[in-house]
Amino acid sequence: MNPRITDLWVYLSTSPLLGLTLTLLAYQGAVWVNKRCGGSPLANPVLIAVTALVALLLATGTPYQTYFDGAQFVHFLLGPATVALAIPLYVHFRRVKAMLLPIVVGLVAGSLTAAFSALLVAKALGASVATQLSLAPKSVTTPIAMGIAERIGGLPSLTAVLVITTGILGAVAGRYLFDALGVGDPAIRGFATGVTAHGIGTARAFQESEQAGAFSALAMGMNGLLTAMLLPVLLTLLD
Amino acid sequence: MIAALTQLLIFQLIGEVIARGLDLPVPGPVIGMALLFAVLALRNGPGESLQTTSQTLLSHLSLLFVPAGVGIVVHLSRVADEWLALLAALVVSTFVSMAVTALVMKALAHKAATGEKA
Repeated sequence: MNPRITDLWVYLSTSPLLGLTLTLLAYQGAVWVNKRCGGSPLANPVLIAVTALVALLLATGTPYQTYFDGAQFVHFLLGPATVALAIPLYVHFRRVKAMLLPIVVGLVAGSLTAAFSALLVAKALGASVATQLSLAPKSVTTPIAMGIAERIGGLPSLTAVLVITTGILGAVAGRYLFDALGVGDPAIRGFATGVTAHGIGTARAFQESEQAGAFSALAMGMNGLLTAMLLPVLLTLLD
Repeated sequence: MIAALTQLLIFQLIGEVIARGLDLPVPGPVIGMALLFAVLALRNGPGESLQTTSQTLLSHLSLLFVPAGVGIVVHLSRVADEWLALLAALVVSTFVSMAVTALVMKALAHKAATGEKA
């Protein structure tokens, strides 16, 4: 290679500038594609952006860590964004109070179903124990899920990938599933999305309506708490 | 906007200190969310700048999951080895748990609504 181009590549591949810029570009491209598809849940922005970036990293042989050195600035904003979910939650709290019983029972039913249906299917298909245990917390928001995986003997970084895949699946399938089941209430659609598909589902729910988004955010927080307390205990009892 | 971002970061910081200090299984930002919610309830809602900044941030929530999602490159070989079990487990459990949650809630909400009328 031309030495000047080599120098340039050395600079770009060690500075966080490239990873950060590429993340924003990939996301804006994905949003553009989503708009062109009429906002269809099938054209999920996270899925499109991740696929493009993975292809790019593989094609250029760039290690994930190099990419993440730049992308971490975007990743960091997950913290303040999680805090900010308090605002839509506050705005819709009257409805939350009115639906307290369906919320609590739906939460427990959905949370247990999410963890144990994944465990059973993976076991039946002969997945390794480490993979099974990494799957169990996959409906919980990433930081809590990684903590749970570590405690029950899964692989935290594999869990992070499974969590995000679950989120994308839920965001893609939610609308069609709820329509097919005749569930029209945005509060219920949002809550069921958040129990199963945590933050990525919540991002999708906000696209449907602010009320669905608020209920999804609530479900995400409650399911994180419940799974963190319940799953390690249940798995010890079942062993 | 800067004032609102600072507020969000302060709540995250307090949440982080509580989570680590008390060794809780809950991440700091989730505790920060609960604390901000409590403050909003006491003060009757967010100020205008907090409201608009949060809305901007949340309207791009999808973007924030992209860096972690790209982490799949680290696990490509395990995913390739066990892709069928992984995919089946994720697809089945995603559909089943969304359906169970929605149907349970629909049944109970309906019951509550008809109970009120009776």
